[in-house]
Amino acid sequence: MKQETVTIKNRAGIHARPSALIVKTANEYDSEIFLELDDMRINAKSIMGIITLGANYKSIIQIIAEGTDEEAAVAALVKLFENRFEEE
Amino acid sequence: MINKFTALNLIDLDLKDHNALNLRCLAGRKGLNRIITDPEINRPGLTLSGFFEEFAFHRIQLFGRGELAYLRMLEETNRMDAVEKMFTHKISCCIFSHSGIPGDRFLDIAEKSGCSILQSDLSSSELELRLIRALSDIFAPRKTIHGVLVEVFGIGVLITGGSGVGKSESALELIERGHRLIADDSVVLRSVNGNFLMGSGTNEMLGHNMEIRGLGIINISHLFGVGSIRDKKQIQLLIELETWDSNAVYDRIGTGDAYKEMLDVKIPLIKMPVKAGRNVSILIEVAAMNERLKKLGYYSAQEFDNNVLKWLESKNARNLYSNNNDIF
Repeated sequence: MKQETVTIKNRAGIHARPSALIVKTANEYDSEIFLELDDMRINAKSIMGIITLGANYKSIIQIIAEGTDEEAAVAALVKLFENRFEEE
Repeated sequence: MINKFTALNLIDLDLKDHNALNLRCLAGRKGLNRIITDPEINRPGLTLSGFFEEFAFHRIQLFGRGELAYLRMLEETNRMDAVEKMFTHKISCCIFSHSGIPGDRFLDIAEKSGCSILQSDLSSSELELRLIRALSDIFAPRKTIHGVLVEVFGIGVLITGGSGVGKSESALELIERGHRLIADDSVVLRSVNGNFLMGSGTNEMLGHNMEIRGLGIINISHLFGVGSIRDKKQIQLLIELETWDSNAVYDRIGTGDAYKEMLDVKIPLIKMPVKAGRNVSILIEVAAMNERLKKLGYYSAQEFDNNVLKWLESKNARNLYSNNNDIF
């Protein structure tokens, strides 16, 4: 299991476009990937799940992956968060 | 349990009709962000009289007419030391029932200590009842899981399964056939008194939307009408969709009762293999009806088994006669 903590850096938070981006990235990997915010834990391969997390600016999110390509999956998602989902 | 439930959250609770708390803040606005850690309620009569042993200060303090009258008497006779001592504790919040308004000195002391004072127009017993109901709901053990919750013929059916197995598509077909959507994708489960599971969506503000591959995000209440949605529903049946595995052994008779335990509540489980040519939503519909029938006391598979046994028994009896040809 690979785990990494990220902070949301884009002002708008995770709305529809970033979540589509996350799902697209997550679906490229075979591992089970989850995002955790407070007590909520959702599947990173589901758009509605990610949107309903309601992750706003400066939220702290845990990315958790489990599977054969967990390292690469977490790295790719962290990069997405760090790049502010190519926004701003 | 949600973390950090504050007094402000308590006022903000969107409860309707016979659940409404009708709270408003009288003083101590700063204290509205104090976290309520205990789902119970304390009547501070003893505390006001100066008895502080076992004072449950972390609970919500509920002041009824009696407490209010006592407070007035304390204020008139200038004996506010018990009140001052009371507010040296970190009280989560105080609520006055019957629209009671405490004296200015009480409000001053509360304001200074940073404790919020709320008021409601309900009677004490009714307010206490509603508070306990609301708080036990909030403090109930909860868990968010991946799945779709639909109501089929009055039975709350939770459909789970891996990504892309067709949960949302099956649910959409069920909605199209007149059933109701409670939550798609992330379902929040709450264990109510450890007796049953209540399922709801994660976010009421975002409403009843579904994501269907190829269609994108669709709004169910607008597409299918308000009759096609529901806010919460008890989970009575769990259906696990899985891709058809020709090597796996599936239940062929249906007398083997399978259960899954979630938050210490046992839910009947059906493992449903999915493959082309199997209309999953109709299977789910029938499974729900069968579950209803079971609740009404008729267990199809077991009745059938009993009938087979009876029939075999009667055949045995018949054979007994027909084989005894030496009687005549």
